[in-house]
Amino acid sequence: MGAIKENSDDEMDEKVKKYLRGEAANLEGLKDKKLKGQLAVREDLYGKSAKTAAKIEKWLLPSEGGYLEAEGIEKTWRIKQESIAREVDILSSRNQYDIVLPELGPYTLDFTSNGRYMAAAGRKGHLAIVDMKTLNLIKEIQVRETVRDVAYLHNELFFAAAQKKYPYIYNRDGTELHCLKEHGAVLRLQFLKNHFLLASINKFGQLRYQDVTMGEMIGNFRTGLGRTDVMQVNPYNGVVALGHSSGTVTMWKPTSAVPLVKMLSHPGPISSLAFHPNGHVMATSGRENKIKIWDLRKFEVIQTLPCHAKTLNFSQKGLLAAGTGSFIQILADFSGSQNYSSYMTHSMAKGYQVGKVVFRPYEDVLGIGHSMGWSSILIPGSGEPNFDSWVANPFETSKQRREKEVHSLLDKLPPETIMLDPTKVGTVRAPPKKEKPTKKEIEAEMEAAIETAKDTDFKKKTKGRNKPSKRATKRREMINRAKRPFLEQRTQEHETSRKKHKLNPETEMPKSLQRFVRQKAT
Amino acid sequence: MKVKVISRSTDEFTRERSQDLQRVFRNFDPSLRSQEKAVEYVRALNAAKLDKIFARPFIGAMDGHRDSIKCMAKNPNYLKAIFSGSDDGDIRLWDIASRRTVCQFPGHQGAVQGLTVSTDGSVLVSCGSDCTVRLWNVSDANLADSDYLSDNSSKPQAVYIWKNAFRAVDHQWDGDLFATAGAQVDIWNHNRSQPVNTFDWGSDTTISIRFNPGEPNILATSANDRSITLYDLRMSSPARKVIMRTKTNSIAWNPMEPMNFTAANEDCNCYSYDARKLEEAKCVHKDHVSAVMDIDFSPTGREFVTGSYDRTVRIFQYNGGHSQEIYHTKRMQRVFCVKYSCDASYVISGSDDTNLRLWKAKASEQLGVVLPRERKKHEYLEAVKNRYKHLPEVKRIVRHRHLPKPVYKAANLRRTMIEAERRKEQRRKAHSAPGSIVTEPVRKRRIIKEVE
Repeated sequence: MGAIKENSDDEMDEKVKKYLRGEAANLEGLKDKKLKGQLAVREDLYGKSAKTAAKIEKWLLPSEGGYLEAEGIEKTWRIKQESIAREVDILSSRNQYDIVLPELGPYTLDFTSNGRYMAAAGRKGHLAIVDMKTLNLIKEIQVRETVRDVAYLHNELFFAAAQKKYPYIYNRDGTELHCLKEHGAVLRLQFLKNHFLLASINKFGQLRYQDVTMGEMIGNFRTGLGRTDVMQVNPYNGVVALGHSSGTVTMWKPTSAVPLVKMLSHPGPISSLAFHPNGHVMATSGRENKIKIWDLRKFEVIQTLPCHAKTLNFSQKGLLAAGTGSFIQILADFSGSQNYSSYMTHSMAKGYQVGKVVFRPYEDVLGIGHSMGWSSILIPGSGEPNFDSWVANPFETSKQRREKEVHSLLDKLPPETIMLDPTKVGTVRAPPKKEKPTKKEIEAEMEAAIETAKDTDFKKKTKGRNKPSKRATKRREMINRAKRPFLEQRTQEHETSRKKHKLNPETEMPKSLQRFVRQKAT
Repeated sequence: MKVKVISRSTDEFTRERSQDLQRVFRNFDPSLRSQEKAVEYVRALNAAKLDKIFARPFIGAMDGHRDSIKCMAKNPNYLKAIFSGSDDGDIRLWDIASRRTVCQFPGHQGAVQGLTVSTDGSVLVSCGSDCTVRLWNVSDANLADSDYLSDNSSKPQAVYIWKNAFRAVDHQWDGDLFATAGAQVDIWNHNRSQPVNTFDWGSDTTISIRFNPGEPNILATSANDRSITLYDLRMSSPARKVIMRTKTNSIAWNPMEPMNFTAANEDCNCYSYDARKLEEAKCVHKDHVSAVMDIDFSPTGREFVTGSYDRTVRIFQYNGGHSQEIYHTKRMQRVFCVKYSCDASYVISGSDDTNLRLWKAKASEQLGVVLPRERKKHEYLEAVKNRYKHLPEVKRIVRHRHLPKPVYKAANLRRTMIEAERRKEQRRKAHSAPGSIVTEPVRKRRIIKEVE
């Protein structure tokens, strides 16, 4: 009985830790008693709310997550989709299908944040919007030019398609709303939800950020690293990562023309990139058939997997889907220590080339866009079972959608809030260290002081006291007085540097010159 | 093989009929929400701005008196009304909701210096510079009958004449006695025409008097010799006295912590004391630029309102060193009396320009019936604004108040002078032997001595 109680206590402690969002502040150093008292009360309240949230998670959440457990000598990665379909209820088995559209080119997919609607774009110009709950085709249009990427904006009413020359924004009814001429020929589009920014990377390697509420172009940067079509947004901090053909991954924010981070990840070009929803883990894959799992806090490789991957995607629960050719592998870390191992696999028919894999939010479904259309397969345990109606509601009504749009516009974040560590907002910045003025600056100051000394006007004395020699000596006196502090400083510095130099010659001299060191009188 | 996939049935997650409420599901997991702090910061900024948009504290002025208003009294049993007395002997009962005079109480020959109501709300006691104390019958039945006619007047229940002019009056809580302040402190009973008891300590006039709400036998007075004296009725002799550098114009006891009182001083500050330990003030409340004339606590005991000679009304936190809120109007001249309404929502100020003004206690509060959802939203916005009110952008908006130019200039001047003195003191200290010059905290500096 005692052991079981201990286990549950540990579980609760872990959950409480998650809701506490960091360490409590150290109030020992505070001398202001009033402030200390106020902060102590607040810390107490945080502890209480974290405990309540942990209890709610334990007892009050309506749904349970999916799972797949093998029995006996079975291995989970040998289990096929057909056998899963047999075990699962009818509604879920409807989520397994293949839509074959061979003429219209490889398809890319995008889901809305609540997983309810999907936009599919075929390379030859086919754009389709599908309601995933009812598997209803809402609208399909043929734009008669190449479509390279499609991205939903903040809700299902608007989506952007990267067409041959420019990206266009369409309505749910297929009406073209905007033609974004400044972006040029875009290869990839990404939407930053909290900031209402549409990020695009075009054929010439130019990264652009545009605010879709007012149409203002926020940033326009030349990456300088050539053409790339690997772009992902880190959902945790809003940073856009690009993978380049030199094997570097660069991370960008809209307010700086220089990338925040440049990491050399692979010896060859990067083929795809994916971010874990917690923002600390990133998976990259290169042409050398390796997938590297990175820890973004330390920028170190946690794990290298020998796996082909032309496309990567993380699910809400941390499962990694890697697709290459007509083969898809799902990797999962069971122990929670970022040690990924094979969980499930799926082989499609021979001719199908996987273009993009996307996990559907809040469902145990993986959407696959391939050269012959799109498919959907069941991956138990990939989706978050319990949604929050105020964050993303798969059962949204149109009234709720309108309200949510207004609220999210009110909460729209300014582009300056995008930073590598988003928890820095509201914290105190360390005071800037005062730098010593450089030699040039000191000289300039001295010149300025001399100039002002020269400019002073002397009183015009009368009765024979205004001799020119006396005036000249007075002037010289003023200039010397102005120079004196700088010269004193200079001599002081010389003294200290000489003394320092004298003090440790023994330690600095290389071994071969030790015999020439001045011996101290013993 | 054991397998389970997420499958949600639509009826569990949507409503059955259109009359039902929409179902809301919560998951508080932080991983579902990205950039929480930035979102909260944006909300705090918007909340601060909205607060300023809705900050319209002035409700109305009550016009009617013909001379400056010197004193006010509130009836603890009847929230809607307030009594006010002016310099021409006119006492009026106002209905706050309609801002009109309900009843007049003529009779005083000179200025009405003090007004107070007994705790059961039946008797109004007024005292004036014509050396009289008048008792008026103001029970509820009496008031309810009256129409809103401004010439509706009543006759006093009793008139007691005494030796010298009175400066203030206060009624004992839950008792039968009231005390007047003048040349000496007199304790009266309703039915006796002469004081039951007299206290006299020192030779100067007492200018204000207040009974303690928690301990009905203790009262605090302030006199012209810059002292604050505490009396105990049971001991029939004065208890303790603290002498300050400048005189105290008014005293108010904290209704929630009856051992603490706050004194409104002539040197533009208010001093909060613990009555058990008068050697140093608990807190000094600074922000006025001229003498503070009157002070009243909110029934919650967490805020108090002060009215000052510099034509402004300020609201302070009970333990805050600086004011939270300042109210001023071009038409409002020297404020002589302020009262916090008994439901802690309004502040009434009586001033030199013969008007009583009604203000909201919280400038951006929504009056009237607030729906539960609205109330929750207001509470959330208040909480998120308080969490980020230390950051520069939010702080700038939250702290911003428009000051009338004379007050702004006077405040700057005061600041410069105090800063100059402080710097001089620091330099003297730095250039003298360590420990030879001791700086006293402000809490102690303004007290000269404490006398038993």
